[in-house]
Amino acid sequence: MNKIGIIIQREYSTRVMKKSFIVMTFLTPIFFILLILLPGWLATLEDDSQKHIVVIDRTGLYQNALKNNEIYNFEFTRKSIDELRNAAKEKSEFTALLLISENLAENPKAATLYYEKQIGMELSTYIAGQLNKYIEEQNLGALNIPNIKQLIDSSKSDVSITGIKWSAEGEEKAASAELAFAIGMVLAMMIYMFIVMYGTQVMTGVVQEKTNRIVEVIISSVRPFDLMMGKIIGIALVGLTQFAMWLLLTGFGLTLVQGLFGAATTNNAVSDIALMQGMENMNMADAEHFMELFLSFNWFQTIVLFIIFFLGGYLLYASFFAAIGSAVDNETDANQFTFPIMLPIILAIFAAIYAVRNPESTASFWFSIIPFTSPVVMMVRLPFDVPTWQIIMSIGILIASFIGSTWLAAKIYRTGILMYGKKITWKELWKWLKNS
Amino acid sequence: MYLLEVEDVVKQYSGHRALDGVSLKVPENSVYGLLGPNGAGKTTLIRIINCITAPDSGTLRFNGKKMTSSDVQFIGYLPEERGLYKKMKVGEQAIYLARLKGLSKQDALKELKYWFSKFEIEAWWDKKIEELSKGMAQKIQFITTILHRPKLLIFDEPFSGFDPVNAELLKREIWELKQNGATIIFSTHNMASVEELCENISLVNRSKIVLQGSVAEIRAAHTTRSFLVKTKESLGTCELFSIQESKETRSGRIESKIQKTSDCTNNELLKAISKQSEILSFEELLPSMNDIFIKAVQ
Repeated sequence: MNKIGIIIQREYSTRVMKKSFIVMTFLTPIFFILLILLPGWLATLEDDSQKHIVVIDRTGLYQNALKNNEIYNFEFTRKSIDELRNAAKEKSEFTALLLISENLAENPKAATLYYEKQIGMELSTYIAGQLNKYIEEQNLGALNIPNIKQLIDSSKSDVSITGIKWSAEGEEKAASAELAFAIGMVLAMMIYMFIVMYGTQVMTGVVQEKTNRIVEVIISSVRPFDLMMGKIIGIALVGLTQFAMWLLLTGFGLTLVQGLFGAATTNNAVSDIALMQGMENMNMADAEHFMELFLSFNWFQTIVLFIIFFLGGYLLYASFFAAIGSAVDNETDANQFTFPIMLPIILAIFAAIYAVRNPESTASFWFSIIPFTSPVVMMVRLPFDVPTWQIIMSIGILIASFIGSTWLAAKIYRTGILMYGKKITWKELWKWLKNS
Repeated sequence: MYLLEVEDVVKQYSGHRALDGVSLKVPENSVYGLLGPNGAGKTTLIRIINCITAPDSGTLRFNGKKMTSSDVQFIGYLPEERGLYKKMKVGEQAIYLARLKGLSKQDALKELKYWFSKFEIEAWWDKKIEELSKGMAQKIQFITTILHRPKLLIFDEPFSGFDPVNAELLKREIWELKQNGATIIFSTHNMASVEELCENISLVNRSKIVLQGSVAEIRAAHTTRSFLVKTKESLGTCELFSIQESKETRSGRIESKIQKTSDCTNNELLKAISKQSEILSFEELLPSMNDIFIKAVQ
């Protein structure tokens, strides 16, 4: 086996055997699954304890506005706030106290809710809803138009847009912008995370070899370039292993859950995700439809491109991280140099947030072509069907850039790993580049 | 036959010239000392021999042929700044380093078994380096340096960090390696070990070689033509020698440091002394390598 292979093997196996890697690899899919299923499950749990709300209505107008239901029980009282508060100090008999001080139609802010223990949003939403509805009805009644309520009800509409996209083959294909949005963001965040996480690992690995003083022993056997590339490639394989394991375990876990608890669980979960994305009005049928979309998504192409862009972006950044690691004596010194490298990655995330809303804009196009941002931004654009020539161009530029960056980094690395006790400046790094 | 020939090597760093026309020849199966004060250029030269850095000009020949980077597998190098992966297990690490030197896994394992049992450290195999003491780690480092049976061994300040017991053990092992045919280069500023171990030396100072040759020749060349003589009676100056120092020992003998003033032989000198008194002992005072080193460097 050639030497770079031996180095890759060591970098890979020592990292994959680490406890932290194993824990991360197995816990994260569980976390993913929980994240998908938990909101659905929580919704099925109802808080069955009845909430008792005391109301002080100084206007006397809203006796009929607040209706009791199985959760909320409203009690109107003539006692003062202080009386109630003192009584509550000894024994609290109500969840919250609602004070209506003025006519709400004139001053909509005149209702206040007091409570001791933190209460959910639901209660205030419920009360506000009830009061609004009551006041609206009152206002309408005051207009004195017969049957006005029925008229208004019949004029209400509930439009929901179904997106149907014509693909190039002319075949109709249902598409959901929300789904594309969600998938794009998740993939972009993952690429970002992988680049930062594994790029930093390359840097700490190099710094450790330097501070351990093993580096001179090793480069008396192999070329410095082989040591650097061996480390970068080894860590890339660790990243791919982790990604593959997450994909497999999450898929397996979800299938298992679906098998055990029925399809409803996952559909329920999907509709919850949809809710979180701001898509209200989604019912069970929609959820099933959503699931269908989710499964019909072009996963194969997406995953292949994810891997290509992850590798490209990682190689681009990892070579810079390696160069920095070689130039400093310890990890704390590395910080001043990592900042300028982190900057474009962070910019990429902002660009991605912009691009997910404007996937076809010129700025989005350029961000997905420029190699420093393209791995993250392209992930966001992918679900919106990017023309093939753009993908190929982006990949081409990315490959050319990481070859260039690796070449530059190797020059700094070669000088840096043997340099101790020298405070490194950007000027110094530039000198190394020029002289080697 | 020379194992390593370095010819007119120049290495320029931004700001200063680390090596300026350095040449040396290391005979096969000898112990060669590379001496010099800190910052003289020893480490740069060693890195060039190890193909870690390339010289700006000059040639290196290994075993009679122009040196290539594949020759490094015949070299074992123990750098001055040395270390191992702290979190890696001893055995695993030794195999890894041996494989990087071109050994197969099986061969590395076989060799390691031999050395571990020789040093009686089999119990350390599954320990991590961070669990070992510094001296123990140094032993492991030594083993990994010589495991691939290199033709040329380069030790940069090998005894720093070793306690006297282990330093002695190390010397013995190095001597045995030489008996088995290895050629050894020592880089050090510890002169005592040079006189003890090295046959030939090069003294590097300010990027240049200021002194080169066999230890015996160098010492002879640097002779101050002084002798230490013990006699029964005190001596007086004559035409052959002058007396530099003279004192009476507690046993009543006279100990004198004399210097030849003419080109006479030692026998003639002895005759001249014996005319004055009975001679109890006679010894030439050769300068120590330490004196030569300091003189050459100043």
